Amino acid sequence: MNTVKLFWEFTAGSLRIVLKGSYLYWSWVIGLLVLIVIGAVAWIHQLQVGLITTSMRDQVSWGFYIGNFTFLVGVAAAAVLLVIPAYVYQWKPIKEVVILGELLAIAAIVMCGLFVLVDVGRPDRVWHLIPYIGHLHFPSSLLAWDVIVLNGYLVLNFVIVTYLLFSAYRRRSPHKAFFIPLVLFSIPAAIGIHTVTAFLYNGIAARPFWNASILAPRFLASAFCSGPALLLVLMQILRRFTRFEISDRAIWKIAELMAYAMFINLFLLGSEVFKDVYSNTEHLIHMRYMFIGVGGHSPIVPYMWVSVVCSIAAFVLFLIPRTRRHPVTLNLGCALIWIGVYLEKGMGLVIPGLTPDTLGEIYEYFPSHNEFAVSAGIFSVGFLVFTLMVKVATPIMLGEFTAGREPARTTAPGEVRLANLQTSVSGSRE
Amino acid sequence: MTSSRKTSRSWSLQFATLATGILLAACAEQSRPSWLDPDGTPPPPVADDTQKIEVPPPPFSDDIFPCTDCHDPDLPVNTKRRKLKLAHQDIVLHHDEQHRWCLDCHSVSNRDKLHLANGTLVDFTESYRLCGQCHGDKYRDWRAGVHGRRSGYWNGHKTYLLCVNCHNSHSPAFKPLEPKPMPKPPEPTK
Amino acid sequence: MTTTGVSRRDFLCVVAGCAAASACSNITHTAWFRKRFAELDADAKAKIVADLERDYSRQYGKDVKVGTTEPMPGVEFGYALDISRCIGCRRCVYGCVEENNQSRDPQIQWIRVLEMDKDYGIDFAHSTPYYDTDKVPREGHFYLPVACQHCENPPCVKTCPVSATWQEPDGIVVIDYDWCIGCRCCMSACPYGARHFNLAPPNVPADEMNPKTHYLGNRPRMKGVVEKCTFCIQRVREGRYPKCVEVCPVGARKFGNLRDPKSEVRYILEHERVFVLKAELNTRPRFFYFYS
Repeated sequence: MNTVKLFWEFTAGSLRIVLKGSYLYWSWVIGLLVLIVIGAVAWIHQLQVGLITTSMRDQVSWGFYIGNFTFLVGVAAAAVLLVIPAYVYQWKPIKEVVILGELLAIAAIVMCGLFVLVDVGRPDRVWHLIPYIGHLHFPSSLLAWDVIVLNGYLVLNFVIVTYLLFSAYRRRSPHKAFFIPLVLFSIPAAIGIHTVTAFLYNGIAARPFWNASILAPRFLASAFCSGPALLLVLMQILRRFTRFEISDRAIWKIAELMAYAMFINLFLLGSEVFKDVYSNTEHLIHMRYMFIGVGGHSPIVPYMWVSVVCSIAAFVLFLIPRTRRHPVTLNLGCALIWIGVYLEKGMGLVIPGLTPDTLGEIYEYFPSHNEFAVSAGIFSVGFLVFTLMVKVATPIMLGEFTAGREPARTTAPGEVRLANLQTSVSGSRE
Repeated sequence: MTSSRKTSRSWSLQFATLATGILLAACAEQSRPSWLDPDGTPPPPVADDTQKIEVPPPPFSDDIFPCTDCHDPDLPVNTKRRKLKLAHQDIVLHHDEQHRWCLDCHSVSNRDKLHLANGTLVDFTESYRLCGQCHGDKYRDWRAGVHGRRSGYWNGHKTYLLCVNCHNSHSPAFKPLEPKPMPKPPEPTK
Repeated sequence: MTTTGVSRRDFLCVVAGCAAASACSNITHTAWFRKRFAELDADAKAKIVADLERDYSRQYGKDVKVGTTEPMPGVEFGYALDISRCIGCRRCVYGCVEENNQSRDPQIQWIRVLEMDKDYGIDFAHSTPYYDTDKVPREGHFYLPVACQHCENPPCVKTCPVSATWQEPDGIVVIDYDWCIGCRCCMSACPYGARHFNLAPPNVPADEMNPKTHYLGNRPRMKGVVEKCTFCIQRVREGRYPKCVEVCPVGARKFGNLRDPKSEVRYILEHERVFVLKAELNTRPRFFYFYS
């Protein structure tokens, strides 16, 4: 079949798939669209008036947007956690769901790009970052590195996923010689993107809270312990609402690996706390601002303690095999670790790094309503992109959506689709 | 096969050496400030006004000069240290007043001039020479342009001020000034 | 309760002045596809300057000039500030604001005068720029003005992703306001809090606007870009002192050519004991503080 015609059929078929869904699905999608509209309106207001609609000032010049960006780069990097055992150790149960991890990475990188776009003072000038057309200050500027590696990682994941899914759609076996090297390369690429983002902070001597070698390992540990949590939840949803077979072993193994990453995350946090508290230099003031407050200023203190408690609780739940395997405690742990790492990396990195500022001034930054609205819009874009991609990818992976065949009807909640099992075409599953 | 492996190994060694060298050079301590090792370009010529110091006229109060308008040069002078009663009561001496009084600076022999410690008479237009006797380091810095205000051109003509243009010679310490408004503290957007 | 020391009359005057100035005070009548200033040839620069002069003149109702004076060869600017003399009167701050067309609302001030506690010495953790007294200097305190240090090793230049900020041969660290994307990496990287961001379109009252500008210096900026002290590039490249040096009533500020062994700044380095802020960061500022 002509590839172009096939691709057109694929697009049309995908559109039909995303427009067909249960009541739950549509509630979710419409909810996201509403938030996207709210976010867009808030962003337009910010474009017209300027970044004064945020609470960022000279003293705290990066805030909620960049905090979210940092967290989401971690989520994108965490997709690699699924790739490592799948392809390096050839572990069957995880391999089948690696694609979902890469779809999450794509959605996360899209959100990262959007957060940078809304944060810069001149979004109309982002083309200045394109090499040769603009002027990219590579290799001196870490942000220049970030632009290259994040876009590269996006392209890499997009190519892998599109190739695998389109092959499955065409009922052709994908060429191992093409995609295996790409997938193996995505492991150091994932570590690379988060290391570069960590170095962006790490290399700034003016901010002693960030200027610590531990930042890159901390970023990686917190990424690996939180990113897959979303996938665990997703896999349970897919298992329940579609024909997708995901073994408990796969889920439990991922949870076990996350537990080790959580330990490292807590250990590194503890190391940071020890160093600042025991050395008791002036730099302790940033850690004090986080956990105790300074001079009556303590806007983020409650959030930081919530983060610590959630992270420890999640670690305990994931460590003990009984709670790790029980669906209620497993999902509770997932929610807790997401809260814990989101608060630690979003709020607990950017704000204390900039407070007090370089001249000792404390400005109590807390995101404004406009910032929350824009951020909600961007998160919704990411969730929507992810939802739509998963909605199309799942039937492809299950062999229900291939060239010349489309899913007959939507799956009602709770219904297990056995009818199509007999008619699934062999050789389309990877 | 063996020779190409050997060649590739020697290439690797060369590259490693070069990379190490570059790394070391990059990390090498910068020992001297850049302006002490100039690129050979001479600095632009600066007007030399170190000999003659052009200063504005002394800031006399109204009708106070010349002193001989009131002080008859033929009359004897009472050189006893005392609190003045007939005139100049508005002058509060706050300048080493434990050891000095008016006639330690103002000349007795010529009421229109000041005098140095060795008796040399000094015009009011050169009063800095008198200040410089005790305040030698300030005087040296003032001549170099480092003490006190100057305006003009950093690579050209600069104007000096007399010490007394800023410092009241009888009470030289600066009075506190009213500061300009403080900056607006940042207010978060709600 | 007066907290800022600005009377209502002053405030109303500023508002009236701002209203008199154009409502659209972020002139960006610059071609969107313009290259970086450093990559432009003389003809392109001349055309851009002509466009800017026309736009600014129309906006402010004055004959605005935008210079592009090149650095003088054999010159490297240095600055010295005598903290035994500084009394914290802030006349330098406001002189700078007027000379360099800084926004009045939102307020941008390139110089920040810190009141230090004599019991602690130079200690930023025990300093404040928000001192508001009747008279300065205040008992038990001394003053340290801070602005761009024009470092030899500027961390801001290193970190800019689009090279919108760089160091000129005469040592001045400059910003091309038309190239800056407003990412604020430089603001994170600066250890001295010297860089300021235009959160909203800047407001400069037309009657207070200084029409003698430089492309890389005090020409009116726009929303969403970073700005900072440029050693009054529009003045020093013509041989004049920066405004702060001339305005300081006690003569605490000194400026000159570090390459000239007979300059005031070199004299200070030789005869006074200077220090720089945050020397451990190896930024090597060209801004020296000293006591006399």
